[in-house]
Amino acid sequence: MFLKLDTLKKMIHGIGSTRPDEIGCDECFEQLDRFAELVLAGKSAAEAMPLVQDHLDRCGDCREEFEALLRALRANSTGAP
Amino acid sequence: MHERTSDEWLTALRGTPDDQALLDLRTRLVRGLRFALADRLGADPEAVLEDFAQESLLKILRSLDSFRGESQFTTWAQKIAVRVALTELRRRRWQDVSLEDLQPPGMETEPIELPDPAPLPEQQVARSTLMIMVQRLMREELTDRQRQAMQAVMINGMPLEEVARRLGTNRNALYKLLHDARQRLHKGLAAQGLSVAELLAAFNG
Repeated sequence: MFLKLDTLKKMIHGIGSTRPDEIGCDECFEQLDRFAELVLAGKSAAEAMPLVQDHLDRCGDCREEFEALLRALRANSTGAP
Repeated sequence: MHERTSDEWLTALRGTPDDQALLDLRTRLVRGLRFALADRLGADPEAVLEDFAQESLLKILRSLDSFRGESQFTTWAQKIAVRVALTELRRRRWQDVSLEDLQPPGMETEPIELPDPAPLPEQQVARSTLMIMVQRLMREELTDRQRQAMQAVMINGMPLEEVARRLGTNRNALYKLLHDARQRLHKGLAAQGLSVAELLAAFNG
């Protein structure tokens, strides 16, 4: 298996944008419900909670959960009980 | 249906939970998960959803004291259900894969092939050189554990959660380990006199 160019680009970007104040998955998860509500309300969640946005940009697990949460919340905001 | 406030949910679920509140919450969780994960639930989605909802409800009831009121109660509860469901789906998806299976030999010893045709031969050479340099940095700057985790997550696309389980740690600690690894590589690149902007420019050229 060879390293793909796209993968390497992503790695270099990830390495280059490393910052000292990144939050971890636990802290992201703690704030994810509030972040999701801001997004659904059409507010700028990324501006209000930049460290959560930064973590979601970097962490595939948390991003996957965030996207699933948005879909789940949308399913419940339209229609019956 | 009457929409409960967060306080009403908490009151109904604390102590001996109110049956109707439990049923309503379960209905919401199932509907949310069904919509969010429709394409990943396998041959018997309703049974899988019921399992996820049950496990989620138990976790939510155990965690009520950690609800801080920074969102609607139902948003917080759905967040927990999504985590429960995806954790299980990831476990199933990767259960037959070990970290050893993932070791990409090309990372260690073999030359890199460029999958896309670079427009000019000089750029080809520049890219190959840079790729080899990044690989060398990974070999020299990282601990075995950091390198193994980085390869599994960034190159093989394995979820952090799954890598963490195999390394005997947890996802949060693994994220920090990867963060430290990125910092080391960043310093290593700088020590080589390479800026990230230059590197990306070479790859985008």
